[in-house]
Amino acid sequence: MQNKTITELAQGLRSGEFSSVELTSAFLGRIRQYSSLNAYITITEELALQQAKTADARLATGNAELLTGIPMAQKDIFCTEGVKTTCGSKMLDNFIAPYNATVVDKFNSAGAVMLGKLNMDEFAMGSSNETSYYGAVKNPWDVNTVPGGSSGGSAAAVAARLAVCATGTDTGGSIRQPAALCGITGLKPTYGRVSRYGMIAYASSLDQGGPMTRSAEDAAIMLQTMAGFDPKDSTSVDVPVPDYKSGLANSLEGLSIGLPKEFFGEGLNSDVAATLEAAINEYRKLGAKVTEISMPSLKLAIPAYYVIAPAECSANLSRFDGVRFGYRCENPADLTDLYTRSRGEAFGKEVKRRILMGTYALSAGYYDAYYIKAQKIRRLISEDFKKALSEVDVIMGPVTPSTAFGLGEKMDNPIEMYLSDIYTIAINLAGVPAMSVPAGFAKGLPVGLQIIGNYFAEAKLLNIAHQYQQVTDWHTYIPSHFE
Amino acid sequence: MSLTADDVKKIAHLARLGIEQQHIVSYTKDLSGMLELMTQMSNVDINNIEPMAHPMDQTQRLRADVVTEQDYREKFQAIAPQVEAGLYLVPKVIE
Repeated sequence: MQNKTITELAQGLRSGEFSSVELTSAFLGRIRQYSSLNAYITITEELALQQAKTADARLATGNAELLTGIPMAQKDIFCTEGVKTTCGSKMLDNFIAPYNATVVDKFNSAGAVMLGKLNMDEFAMGSSNETSYYGAVKNPWDVNTVPGGSSGGSAAAVAARLAVCATGTDTGGSIRQPAALCGITGLKPTYGRVSRYGMIAYASSLDQGGPMTRSAEDAAIMLQTMAGFDPKDSTSVDVPVPDYKSGLANSLEGLSIGLPKEFFGEGLNSDVAATLEAAINEYRKLGAKVTEISMPSLKLAIPAYYVIAPAECSANLSRFDGVRFGYRCENPADLTDLYTRSRGEAFGKEVKRRILMGTYALSAGYYDAYYIKAQKIRRLISEDFKKALSEVDVIMGPVTPSTAFGLGEKMDNPIEMYLSDIYTIAINLAGVPAMSVPAGFAKGLPVGLQIIGNYFAEAKLLNIAHQYQQVTDWHTYIPSHFE
Repeated sequence: MSLTADDVKKIAHLARLGIEQQHIVSYTKDLSGMLELMTQMSNVDINNIEPMAHPMDQTQRLRADVVTEQDYREKFQAIAPQVEAGLYLVPKVIE
């Protein structure tokens, strides 16, 4: 049951093969059985069973949607009314969200069942899920390796079948990188496509929520529910949402694929490169034309990102002051002590690093030298994407330089950790959509292929990923201890 | 470019962020490492390039000047660390 797609489960629920309560109970059982993965921060068992019961009643009326009764889980960055929402931080360990994120409201309206809240790097800052206050998540393919981050709990839960699908968020690669390392499908939509209301902000001009699933078809179904204009998010974009499923079967004959030479140079693991080569050959067989392109500004993405994202983070996280919600230190001597100690005691090391970096970059005398310069470089990067995507339909490349690395391996070296997002960060700076699709294995660990498209070309990306999943079966592999 | 321990203390104060004395050295090293990354941007010609703040260069949307929010005061106060008579309590500010 746990290996079925959303479409198959929806059929099973309608034919009476199983009920949503049965399906939900089965997943809750698996979550308990595999709790050592540490994928969940909060399990909402009672709520899930209640939602499943409501879904069964709705299914019986014939007025159900595809996601009605489907057990999924939310990254713990999305506010869920009445349910603890921690963002992976001690700062919010006691925070019961007073309202729902728009994304959560949308899944509720669709009748989806929420199994719980998924582990993540603290405030989505990290690439290994090891910065979480609730401990690291393990990669189900090898429990001595990281699942990636920041949506590491989401990726591990979907790969280990502890949820049918999950939400993630992606500021510099946080959907795509863990999707790649855990062998699942992940989509970061165009900036502004999915509402950020109630999604705890890290870097507001980069953050974007999206689906994490086992197949492109499931991702299309999830995105259909998530996408759309939201007046509550001032950066939400008012562009009509197409039917993401209707184009999945389109032929790829004549598709032009660009491979940026900057993505395939030094630093890319040779086993990963060989796996990607084979994946791109599959696209040739499907009728695509492949050309090499150049995007010279890509190499500036990491430095520009590590100015812009920390700058926005330092502003966003100033709201955590120990006054209105979240952690407060004991016996503050005065107001400054209250702010300083509450923040000092409740934020972890990586969050502090980024707040300090951002504060510095925005401080008097350095603003032009760092922040404005980084924003100008951001435009150069974005122009590279616009130019490339006027010459080819999509860009393909690696998601990560290597497969999953060992737990603890990069925790003492933040710069090395940052470099694990070298192929994903530029996409957030440009704001274009991109996917990670399972493309095979290197020494037993999953490899992801990245597919990058033009603004609002999510349907095209899903079509391209789906066609690949019709001729390959990498997305159906199950980690051996989780069958 | 690298920072000194005093720089880090000053930045931490600006951010109202408590840093334990024994960690100052490691933050100084990490931040200097980040700034080292930034030097890659220094030789890029960025004259006549507009800074980019929003991927679609969209400006802030305006709305009609009408009340759209409900009053959530009680809900919000319920999750605060310390409240009294509808007020958020903080240590005394004025002596």
